[in-house]
Amino acid sequence: MLIPGFLVRGKVRRDHGGEGFRASDIGAATARVLLCLGEMGAEYELVPVDFFTREQKSPHHLARNAFGLVPVLEDGDLLLFESRAIARYVLRKYKSSGPDLVREGSLEESAMVDLWLEVEAQQYEKGILPIFFQIMVVPVLYGGVPDEKLVADGVEKLVKVLDVYEARLSQSKHLAVDFVSLADLSHVPFAHYIMATPCASLFQSRPHAKAWWDSLASRPACKKVTAALLT
Amino acid sequence: MVVKVYGKAQAVCPQRVMHCLMEKGVPFELVHVDIDTMEHKRPEFLQKQPFGQVPYIVDGDLELFESRAIVRYLAAKYADRGPNLLGRTPEERAKVEQWLDVEAINYNPWAFPIVFNLLVLPIRGLPANEAEAGAAVDKLNKVLEVYEKQLSKTKYLAGDEFTLADLTHIPATRYIVENCGLSHLLDDKKHVKAWWEDITARPAWKKLSSFVETGGSNYSP
Repeated sequence: MLIPGFLVRGKVRRDHGGEGFRASDIGAATARVLLCLGEMGAEYELVPVDFFTREQKSPHHLARNAFGLVPVLEDGDLLLFESRAIARYVLRKYKSSGPDLVREGSLEESAMVDLWLEVEAQQYEKGILPIFFQIMVVPVLYGGVPDEKLVADGVEKLVKVLDVYEARLSQSKHLAVDFVSLADLSHVPFAHYIMATPCASLFQSRPHAKAWWDSLASRPACKKVTAALLT
Repeated sequence: MVVKVYGKAQAVCPQRVMHCLMEKGVPFELVHVDIDTMEHKRPEFLQKQPFGQVPYIVDGDLELFESRAIVRYLAAKYADRGPNLLGRTPEERAKVEQWLDVEAINYNPWAFPIVFNLLVLPIRGLPANEAEAGAAVDKLNKVLEVYEKQLSKTKYLAGDEFTLADLTHIPATRYIVENCGLSHLLDDKKHVKAWWEDITARPAWKKLSSFVETGGSNYSP
């Protein structure tokens, strides 16, 4: 069984374009980046970071990310961390080879992408992460039982966020603009995990949020990455 | 038409936005939102900011919330004036984005409970969660140790120029240092302390501090 954020099964693809990538391949943050690389058809090499041996806190990893987190991107001399910053960099760099996911051509549109990406990072993740951790990680990794109060707190936060999304998505086909953007895609990894839990109903019971999720999940790049997230 | 910033002057997130406007020399009007009477949770406000938080801005036809999205927008819109706040190359820009996210995801989660428990709740005469504040202080200290390493290599977080990545830290950190009795968190870190003294000496930040203290509502450069 794959455990989110931990062991990787081997390398993924040989690098041709000089872009190295060091990460565990199934953490949500890593998936976020892989998704963007996939949307742009960018080549990358995935290098595992072994959480079981706490490789993420080893000196050689800390030299890349002093916070001891994954993923980290290496592109030539550039070392970058924080998955959304990496995603923005990759999407700008490869903008001519895929959909326009950051909308830089318009100040107003790119501002909307930034806005809903902040909402994803600040509001959405705060609700969904404890649900994911308690339901999917605690039993598998710690052999424990989910803390129902933490799940309930997460659900309460997530419900508020999804209510806002439902209203927003009744006005706009996607969160930031009518077209899909990084702001939408950033939601995919955790949403995918949650769909395997009873909390899927939080999305399914909201028609616009459901349609939005269905359209994201059906994108070829999303299918490819989410297939690696869970077994 | 002047940019309108809706929020409370003393609040951290509106200060981030106003500081950015002052760095760029862009006039604005601060429209006071009365947090104390829960104006930000009323339906009219929620129409503009559905999470019931400040600030939001109105710039012509554009309405925007989330202070870090707003400052990115302002820095891009006014790229031609004032300091360069976004980096000059794609790689520099990426570093700015990285440290903006570090502030949002690794720094703010500890800065916020410190300011909330040690400053905001006492002002409101409400009991604070000392344990939560204490735990947050320990976490923030560890984060600042990482900043110390970075700032021993670069003058500012994202490189050798002041950018949005430094700017977004200032309002909350000011309260931590000046109002929560926690200046020692920075004082024992040589490079963090030097960085802090430098960024808070910026004329635009001093202007913003004075604007807040004097109850300003209209700014013109």
